[in-house]
Amino acid sequence: MSRFIDLTLNGISSGMIYAAVALSLVLIWRGTRIINFAQGGMLMITTFIASSVIDSSGSYWVGFVVALVTGLALGAVVERLLVRHVEGGPPLNAVIATLGLLILLQAVAGMIWGGTPRSFPPAFSIRGYEVSGRHVLFGPFDTFTVLAVLGMAAALAALFRGTGLGLQMRAAAFDPLAARLQGVRVPHMYTVGWALAALSGSLAGLLVAPAVFVGPNTFDSILVFAFTAAVLGGLDSPVGAVIGGVVLGLSLSYVSGYAGSSLVTLAALVILIAVLMVRPQGLFSSPRTRRI
Amino acid sequence: MLQVEGLTTHYGPVCAVEDVSLEVPNGGIVAVLGANGAGKTSLLRTIAGLVRATRGRIVFDGEPVTQTRAEDLVRRGLAYVPEGGGVIGELTVGENLRLGALWRRDREERARTLEEVVAVFPRLAERSSMHANTLSGGERQMLSIGRALMGRPRLLLLDEPSLGLAPIVIEQILSVIGELRRERGLTVLLVEQNARSALSVADQGVVLNVGRVVAKGEANDLAGDEQLRQAYLGLA
Repeated sequence: MSRFIDLTLNGISSGMIYAAVALSLVLIWRGTRIINFAQGGMLMITTFIASSVIDSSGSYWVGFVVALVTGLALGAVVERLLVRHVEGGPPLNAVIATLGLLILLQAVAGMIWGGTPRSFPPAFSIRGYEVSGRHVLFGPFDTFTVLAVLGMAAALAALFRGTGLGLQMRAAAFDPLAARLQGVRVPHMYTVGWALAALSGSLAGLLVAPAVFVGPNTFDSILVFAFTAAVLGGLDSPVGAVIGGVVLGLSLSYVSGYAGSSLVTLAALVILIAVLMVRPQGLFSSPRTRRI
Repeated sequence: MLQVEGLTTHYGPVCAVEDVSLEVPNGGIVAVLGANGAGKTSLLRTIAGLVRATRGRIVFDGEPVTQTRAEDLVRRGLAYVPEGGGVIGELTVGENLRLGALWRRDREERARTLEEVVAVFPRLAERSSMHANTLSGGERQMLSIGRALMGRPRLLLLDEPSLGLAPIVIEQILSVIGELRRERGLTVLLVEQNARSALSVADQGVVLNVGRVVAKGEANDLAGDEQLRQAYLGLA
């Protein structure tokens, strides 16, 4: 029983990280109908920058904030310089462009920081809380992870539901033409959307880095898990992305604990394929509102 | 208010609007009539800044706006209600309305305009928190006109507001348009296939056929012109 509790707690914590990356994929998919394959590379870059800033400043939180701000900027720049040219074109163009960006970012990271993964500090202790004389697999850093992702998701929800900017962004995503006729500058909305998505991704990078280390390729599997979580949640539902992330985190945690950690990636792919076969619209998206 | 001179628009190699000139005087209602495919919608889309003109000039309020994009024209007071209304079904009625005024800075002004619009279309207030895709066709049309009014336009371009609506609803909408003109001096350029209802509210009419202007004149004269009615307007 205690093992089950451990695996559940651990699953929630890692599920939150998948949720944050899934959220970034969903924000971009909703706005521009593009799957951002470069997301893993973008959060890798911001986490590397955080690592360098932490080394030189000696403060974790300075690195943390710098990574988030760089994430915002990187998202906006990528949309402006690269994605703008493939928006509205054949879907394959965007796939190639974002895959190309991923390879570029990984190569650049290797040139600047080298190919050997380096360790990354957690914000708080990763040692589990002591419950009735036993350390559970959930500590202060896991609490921070859950709260940070939930906090960001809540902030994004408040932005989308409660502000004029959020309303304009939703309008631009649902119906760009109708939005333009209401004076919405649709390209600006896409830029803001990419910036917020990259912010969410860079938060996930900071949270997962203590476990996977920081290297040009250490975040590759995160993107696969996040994509699975996003599809599970319906790909255009932010709430679905968060729930999908947690469901996937729990599933993979049980697989890892009861069947062996080497099966985790395989299990994620099996879940992805199963969802696409049985319920391709995901668990939280009604097919009626899907375009395409 | 609006002058269109020698306007020509192509969709690829297809010429949709050819050498069209027309004028909408301040406070006037002008109807553009013609059969399906006559180029009426293309003409409006070009004026609204959604399609680039190949040739010709568009002057709005004394300023050339031929190259101005739709999102900027809205800010200058030219609102376009596309065919079917273009309401965003995934948003609520209230959100659709708010969206129409968001480019305006002044919050109090926006709130005041909302009150005015709701006074014109009380139904919209009742449905405020419902998703727009649950509305009936008539309510959708009210919402799209109401949303356009949220930007306090001086010129309203209306594309087929009567399409697919019951006669009684068409009458309501046309009477609202007449009211808006009388009470606020709103200028309207109206595209209609339904010539009878359009000419009942308009001062002047322009008849298009295959992209060209074939007749122009006072609404009463056009409505009474037997030949024109049979040839282009499909009225028996």
